[in-house]
Parts: sequence; structure tokens; C-alpha cells
Amino acid sequence: MRKKLSTYIWEYKWHYLFAITSLIISVSLDMLAPMLTMHIIDDVILGGNLAILPYLLGGILIVGVGRCIFQYTKEYTFDKVGSSIASDMRKNLFDHIQGLSSSFFDKTNTGELMARVKDDIDRVWDTLSYVSMLIIEVIFHTCIVLFCMYRLHAPLAVIPTIAMFISAFIAVSMEHRLGSIYEDISEENAALNTVAEENLAGVRTVKAFAREKFEINKFLSHNQRYYELNMRQSKVFVRYYPYLQIITKLLPMTILLLGGRLVIQGTITLGVLGAFLEYSNNIVWPMEMLGWLSNGFSAGIASNKKLVKIYAQKPAITEAKHPAILDKVQGKIEFSHVSFHKEDMHEILHDITFEADAGSTIGIMGATGAGKTSVIQLLQRLYDATDGCIRLDGVDIRELSLKQLRSSISIVMQDVFLFSDTINENVKLGKRDYINEAIVRKASRDAQASSFIEKMPDEYETVIGERGVGLSGGQKQRISIARALAKHTPILIMDDSTSALDMETEHEIQKTLNALPDTTKLIIAHRISAVRHADEIIVLENGSIAERGTHDTLLAKKGLYYTTYVSQYGEPSDISITTASEEGGAYHGN
Amino acid sequence: MAINSYKEDENLKEVGKLKTLGRLFSYLLAHKVSIFVVLLIMAYCVCVSLINPLIIESAIDNHISTGDYNGLYRLAAIALVLNAILIILVKARMYIMAKVCNKVLVTIRQQLYTHIQTLDFKFFDSRPTGKILARIIGDINSLKDVLSNSVTTLIPDFITICAVVGIMFFKNAKLAAAALVSIPLMMIGVWFIQVRSHKRWQIFRKKSSNLNAFVHEDLSGIRIIQSFTAETETKETFRSLVDEHQHSFMDAVRYADAFGSVVDFCWGLGNVSLWFTGIMVLGVDNVSVGTLVAFGTYISMFWQPIMNLSNFYNQLITNISGAERIFEILDTGAEIVDADGVTQMPEIIGAVDFEHVGFSYDENTNVLNDVSFHIKPGETIALVGPTGAGKTTIVNLISRFYDIQKGIIRIDGHDIKGVSIESLRQQMGIMTQDNFLFTGTIRENIAYGKLDATDEEIIAAAKAVHAHDFIAKLPDGYNTKLEERGGGLSVGQKQLLAFARTMVSMPKILILDEATSSIDTKTELLVQDGIEALLKGRTSFVIAHRLSTIQKADRIFVIDNGGIVEEGNARELMAKRGAYYRLYTAQLQDVV
Repeated sequence: MRKKLSTYIWEYKWHYLFAITSLIISVSLDMLAPMLTMHIIDDVILGGNLAILPYLLGGILIVGVGRCIFQYTKEYTFDKVGSSIASDMRKNLFDHIQGLSSSFFDKTNTGELMARVKDDIDRVWDTLSYVSMLIIEVIFHTCIVLFCMYRLHAPLAVIPTIAMFISAFIAVSMEHRLGSIYEDISEENAALNTVAEENLAGVRTVKAFAREKFEINKFLSHNQRYYELNMRQSKVFVRYYPYLQIITKLLPMTILLLGGRLVIQGTITLGVLGAFLEYSNNIVWPMEMLGWLSNGFSAGIASNKKLVKIYAQKPAITEAKHPAILDKVQGKIEFSHVSFHKEDMHEILHDITFEADAGSTIGIMGATGAGKTSVIQLLQRLYDATDGCIRLDGVDIRELSLKQLRSSISIVMQDVFLFSDTINENVKLGKRDYINEAIVRKASRDAQASSFIEKMPDEYETVIGERGVGLSGGQKQRISIARALAKHTPILIMDDSTSALDMETEHEIQKTLNALPDTTKLIIAHRISAVRHADEIIVLENGSIAERGTHDTLLAKKGLYYTTYVSQYGEPSDISITTASEEGGAYHGN
Repeated sequence: MAINSYKEDENLKEVGKLKTLGRLFSYLLAHKVSIFVVLLIMAYCVCVSLINPLIIESAIDNHISTGDYNGLYRLAAIALVLNAILIILVKARMYIMAKVCNKVLVTIRQQLYTHIQTLDFKFFDSRPTGKILARIIGDINSLKDVLSNSVTTLIPDFITICAVVGIMFFKNAKLAAAALVSIPLMMIGVWFIQVRSHKRWQIFRKKSSNLNAFVHEDLSGIRIIQSFTAETETKETFRSLVDEHQHSFMDAVRYADAFGSVVDFCWGLGNVSLWFTGIMVLGVDNVSVGTLVAFGTYISMFWQPIMNLSNFYNQLITNISGAERIFEILDTGAEIVDADGVTQMPEIIGAVDFEHVGFSYDENTNVLNDVSFHIKPGETIALVGPTGAGKTTIVNLISRFYDIQKGIIRIDGHDIKGVSIESLRQQMGIMTQDNFLFTGTIRENIAYGKLDATDEEIIAAAKAVHAHDFIAKLPDGYNTKLEERGGGLSVGQKQLLAFARTMVSMPKILILDEATSSIDTKTELLVQDGIEALLKGRTSFVIAHRLSTIQKADRIFVIDNGGIVEEGNARELMAKRGAYYRLYTAQLQDVV
């Protein structure tokens, strides 16, 4: 849920109040110092009153110490508020992004989202801490000085007031101009992030093709554009900023000129003019500061706009208002007339109907791109079916609580993803608090992973690289199988998850799976051996069910399944379909 | 090899701050002329700001008090001209400076990125991508203000301070000493803070990098997280990382914010000491009021730049850790580089020799032990064996992704260390286990294998690996834009595209590391035929587990325990009834 910036600020109102109070005190002390100096000159030196000197000197020291304290509390509190709000916003944004659906991640680059969570929030942070601190300081300081000027001589004070308004106007219009440039900069920063992220993630491919130079040039063009945008920002700044400077330089001159006339005419004394000039010097830095502040401010606003855009994304998959919660998930899965297509793309699945009783095994085969993985994504509700209905234990999954649905399914994905964390934590993922060491070990044994894990120096505490870098494909697959097995969920999905395993290991894992009678298993595979024992084997072709049946009936049918079988093992006639092969000696093929 | 995760802070080599600074500012030297111009302009600015009070003084004393309108106007006109020039120059100065700084940033970033491209797998394997990214983007951006302020603040303010101190001592040494008595105190204070805050800023940068690494991993693995409903866990982890990040920041500013306070305090002390010395010690009679007042003015002229400098110093300390992190990577040497005097690899014919090759990733556990084999041009070699036995390692060594510790690897008789890496790899077609596709169209992705590939070549490659059919079915065909990592395609389709990319480069040696594992058997056979037609007679290495993939090979190497335990063609190995036989029957066992 997006909270407005003002809501965050309001939450820290007491901090802000304290910070602003410190600010006011420290500015006031600042104003006190010249008065003490004046007294020293007038009373002590000229008046010869040495007795009050210790008090005045004490006063100067106190002003120093006071400024020292309140400057510190001011800055520290603003830093505190800024960083706290930024942290809150980061957490909030992260939660929001994590809650979005697959369709969002399909079309949004990781590098871009990273830039939002990191860089854009940093910009807002700056705006909320030191930029807003300085803005308040400038306003307060200006008000005091103007007040003093009006008390001295109201007509003459109109000049700095006008100057102030013009400066403010320039600052605001500069903010306006810079806003859109900062939006572009933030966009290009995200692009830079995306290009670099992709390059680093795909570094193996880059090196395999020796395409380093190509990648360097790709980055160069974005780097160049980033430079040009930053120069555009500088140009705008350079165009406006001198106007502010003209005003600050002209102000004392104008006062001198007009005030001088007044002095000559005898309307004001020379002393008043002197004081006025002093004050106008005091008002110069806030005016010059305005330029920098409007610069910082527009960067923050531009970044905030980017954040608002992310918040505008709503999760495509939402829970029902009052989701059903099953007492105990048995694991019966029904697909009835399910069709699916993504946005305006062609149909991925067409009229899929099948049933898996609790504890049964369904094998899914089919050519590349036939829609096998989509079946599973629909069951997990990573996407919603466009037609038809999917039920778990007789309840439409759209009615179920999303958390219960997904946590009753463990999946071993085709594209193995492991985190740069210990093996232990990787296996525990999703149920960190419930899974103990023993379960991790058992699951690893079942997944045939324990043998290589236990050879590692730190065993289960070994930190693996991002995405499992440093492990072989088969090792990664086995850890991800262990991760799924450790959850003991009613439904287990294996999406082509033994493809990188040697045959012996696969066979062992097969045995483990067969020994899970209460678990409904959906097994996607290309190797016949993986689906051989399924209660029903479904062969998909172009999104529809082309063939279905058991291993034996499908072989008898002599269709797609049969062809696959033949290409993998040769003609079945060569092989006596008997138990003799179980003895491990029957090789007749080829 | 120690692998760094998002949970751990990176280790950073300690480098002297001055050294880092020197190196950072050396980038400015490339813009000597611009910086010289900027300094000239700044000199003019300083002069004008010194003249301005004189004009006012003269206006009051000579013209206003005497009622001389014309003189007043004349002075005003002079002031106006001086300041108008000033403004134009300031404009120029700001523009030049912005240009110099942005250029330096772009240069450093490009240099860093270019350098990273030369690093080898070991570097990438040992740290999360998010942490490398943090250096390319965040750490470099943090240098922006430091660079520009170094010229516009450091030099002029330093000069101002020297000038003011000089004038003060010239006018009255005792008063000057009294006014400056608090300087040593300030230096001690600032040094004390600086030492502490620098360490804490380093930690802050590391925490920032951890945060980046975690966000990167979380977003890359978002599907797994959502599937395992691990959102609550990752949320907690993220929270704790954000909190750590904030705490490390607060920890640093606790010291850094005191910079201004120290200066403020010392300013107060200096003032007290000045007035006290002036009035009590020297006596009012010995020091004129004018001198005292002037000293007061000088003191404030002195403290203003001190304040600026201390702010700048603070900023420097805050951001120098960013520079340290950048230079650390720049100093990381690539291990696999072209040796001096390497030659270009001539067109490969295809003989591959391993002579007593020994290799380990981390010096401790040997992955390969004394492996020797000879492969004739045009042979197809299948590598089989248990996972983790070293099959991928062998093919990685042929492309020189890692350097071996013992023995020699030769291609057509050339030691691969004696030829340039680029000329070697460009002739190889390597299909790795993870097939990375880039954002961009399908055409661009296939053309990655041969940057100047024609449409015909691209389509021929796609047809050979049987990817053409599904590509043609997509709404935009070859111009279909792929999302990150080929999102939107099935894993099998991605594999086919990666295959086409390899094919289009017409490699002299083809290496397929489980390249068809996610492709169905029927398509796989078609792909094999396609490769056969396109790359007839080229040496190839195939790692696979599916028997159908392996059987056609001329020779099969069974790899286990860091060596080749069996070799021969399928029939010979079956007859041997050894390791291969066991693997084979394991697969049949369950099916038949």
C-alpha cells in the first residue's frame, strides 16, 4: 500500500519538531553573536566599562557552545528522520514489489527495479533530510532578517523583500524545468543499471562468445547518454543560477544607492544604512542557497514520481475477499476445460482437462513450448487461467487463500534458482522456522545430495554462489529437489528437474518419489524413465492434450509417446517387457 | 574459494586515504586547462568580493557623507560592471566544472566496466552480482560532489585562509596568535572525528552493497520465492538489511555531524581569546579599536573558509570509501590474460590434446588429475559420468575459462596459452548449462554469435536447430522482443535460441554442455540432424545424460574421480560391462 510522503512526514512530526526547534535556536544564537561584538566595542572599548567584559566574553563562549550543541542536534535529528523515513519507504516499496504478479516481472527489468529501491529512495531521502533542513533554515533566517529590516526602516526594507520574491520565483521555475530532466536522469540511471546487471548476469555467455568489446560499447552508449542528461541538468542550472547571483550582488548596491540618497536627504542616519547593509549581506547566502535547494528538491520529486508509478502497479493475481481455508489439503487436483493465453499473445493452453487423485502421479510430456510449464504455473496461480476452472480438493483455487494454495505445493523448477546463502538456508526456504537440521539432512539424502554436500568443507553451512554458481548443473538440481522434498507438501511438482542428473542418480530419486504415497506428484519430463510409473501420462502438443493413458496403453497406441520411446530406447519389441530387466542384465537394444 | 553472500560484508583492502585521494584527483589532471581556467575565474571572484566592501566603504565615506550624488552613481556603475563580468564568468566556471566532473565520472565508470569485462570467472563466482553493480553505479555517483568541490572549494578556500592568516600576522602577531589559538584544538577534534567516521562510512557502503545484492537476488528469484511462499521470510531479511543499513548510517553521522560543532566551538573560543588578549593583555591603549574590529572581520573571514573546508573534508571522508571500492576492483588483476607475444590462433582444424592435465578450482581439492587424451579433427566425443565428476570442467578448460595448474592443452598443436583468448574463443561454439539471453529481439540474440550475420544466416541457423518454427509463429517473428533472460519463452525454447546463436558463429569446435537437456527427444533428433548438416566434420564435445544423445558419439569418455575411467564407442563400452554399462542399465532398469 502506498503511503503519501506527507503521511511519513507526519509520523515523524515530533522528530521534525525537535529538529526545527534546534534549528531555530541555533539560528537565533547566530544572530546574537554580532550584538555581543557590538557591546564589546561600544561599552567596553569605547565606554571603558571593563567590568562587563567577562560576561560578554562568557556570552560569546556560550553562543559558541550553544551553536555547537544545537547544530549537532539539528543535523543529527534531520539525518535520523530522513534515514528512518527512507528505510520505511524502502521496506514498504519492497513489500509492494514482492506482492506483484509474474506478469509484472515478465516485463520489468531487474536492474530497473533495483534502481528504484536503491537510488530513487536515496534521492527522496536527501530531500527529506538535508534539503528540507536547509529550506527551513533559509526561510527562518530570511524572516528574521526581514523582520529586523522592517523594524529599522520599513520603506527601505521593501527592496530586499522584492529581491526575495524574485529569487523565490526563479528557484521555483528552475525546479519546474529541472523536474523533467531529473525524471530522465532517473530513467537513464535505471537503464544503466539494467545494462550492467544483464552483462554481469550473463558474463558466461559474454566470455564464451568473446563479446567483451561489444558489451563495452553497449555500456558506453548508455554511459554517454547519462553524461548528456547530467550536462542538460547542469546547463539548466547554469542558466538560472546566475540570475540568483545577480540579485544577491545587486541587492547591497541598490540599498546603498537608495539608502545613500535617503542619508543625503537626511531621512535616515548613516548608522541605519550601515546596519541595513549588514543585514542585506546576511540575506545573500539564503538567496544563493535557493538555487541548490530547488535543484535537490526537484531530484527528490522526480524520484518520488518514479516510485508512484511502481505503486500504481496492482497485483494481477488477487485473493478472494473471504478466501476459503481447507482444514487439511489432501492434494486432489482437477483441471476442467482450462485454456490460457497471456495478454494479446496466442493461446498457450487449450481446453485442458485432467484429474489427479490425492497421492497419484501424473506425468506430463510434450515438445518444447507445448505448454507443460504453463499447466504448473496455473496450478500455482502465478497466472490465472483465461477459461475453465482449476480445483484443489474440489475447491476452485481462485477461492482459496493464496498462501495456503502455494504452500501446499512444492516445486522443483526447470530453471534452478538458488540464493547466495548456505545450503541449509536454501533447503529451508519458505519454512525457515519449521524445518530443522534433521529434515534438511533427510531431504538431502532423499535427493541424493547429501553425498556431495557432506564432502564440502562446511557441509550444510557452505555458502553457495548466486544462482548456485560453483555447483554443477546436477548438484544444483539436487539441492533444489531437496528444497522441495523438505517441505512435505501434499503436492509435489517436478518440472523437468532431473535433466542434468546422471541415470543412476535419477533412478535413486525416482525410488524416493515412489515412496511418497500421500503426495500428489506432477512430473514433467523428457525422459521416459521419469514418467514411466505415473498413473496417467499426458502428452501435450501445441497446448492441447494429444494423448493420454498409462505407459503401457500409450505404447500400445503407437503415437507420440511411442515415437519418443523408440528414439530413446529403440523398438520395444527388442526388449522383453518382463521383470527380467529389473535384474539389471537385460540389454537388448540397438 | 570463499564465496561472499548478501549477508556478509565484503573484505576491503586497507589503502591509505591520501593514496586514494591522489588517485581520484589524478583524473582531474586530464582536464588541466579547464581547471586552470576555473581557477583564474575564481581568482577574479575573490578579487571582486574583496573590492565590493571597499566600494561600499568609499561610497559611505566619500560620497554619501558629503552628499555627492554623481560620485555615488559613478561608484555604483563601476560596481555594476564588475559584478556583471563576475556573473558571466561564474556562469562559465559552473559550466566548465560540471563538464569536467561529469566527464571524469563517465571515464571512471567506463574504465571500471571495461576492466570488469576482463576479469575471469573466479571474480564473478565469488560475489553476488548486486555488489558489483553497486560499485558501477552507486559508488561512482557518490564521487560527483567531491570532485567538483575539490576544485571550487579546496583550492580557493585554502588560499583565502593563507592570505587572511598572513594579513593578521602582518598587522599584529600577538593578536593573530590569540585569534588562532583554537586551531590546534580544532585539528585534533577533526582528526578524531575523521578517523572514526571514515571507518563507519566504509561499513555503511558495505551495508549498502549488501542491500543491493539482496534486492538483486530477491528479484531474480521472485518466482521461487512466490512459489514457496517465502515472502514473509524475505521480507524479514530485507527489513533487517535495511535496518542495518540505516544503523550504519546513523552510526557514521553520529560522528560526522560533529564536524560543524567542533568548528563552531573553536570559533567561539578564538573570538573570546581575541577580545580578551586585545583588551586585557595588550590593553586598550596599545591596540586601536579599528585594529580590533578589523581583526573581528578577519576572524570571520578566516572561519568561513574553515567551515567550508571542514564541510568539504567531511564530504570527502563520507564518499572516499566509494572511491576505495572502485579502485579495489580496478586493482584486481585478471588471472586469465593473453601472455606477452601471443599469436592469433589460426583457423582451427580440430585436433584437441590434453597432456597430463591437472586442475583444481581452489588449490585444495583436485578436480582433474593427470588427464591425457588425443582427439582427432572431426571426432564427436561424449562425456558422461556422475554429476560433479568434472565433465563441465574439462570443456571449460578447452575454452580457457580457467587456467590449468599442470600439463598442457593443445589445439591443432598450439598450446592454448600461447594464442590470444579472443581468437581462440571466437572459433569455439560453447553452449553452457545456463543459456543467457539478452533483452532485445530474437534476431539480435541470434546475431550475438556473429555480429554481422545476415538475415539468411540467422534463419539458416534457426532452421538448423529447429527453432525457426516456433519463432515464425510468434506475432513479430524474428523481431519479437525478448524480456530479461528470455522471459516469456519456455526453457526449451530458450535452449533452442541459444543453440541457434552458437550455430550462427559456425564454430570450428562445438561444445554442448547439456545443451539439449530441456528439449524433447523428437526435437533433439531434428536438432542433431541440423547440426550434422551445418557443421559436418567439426570436432565436438557433448555432455549429456540422455542415452539417445550420447550413443552417436565416435567415442565416449566416462569421467569419474577426476579422470577418464573408460573410453570407447557405445558398443565397446557395453561389451566391457563396466561403468558405462552400469549407467546405461540404470536408465533402462526403470523403464523396461
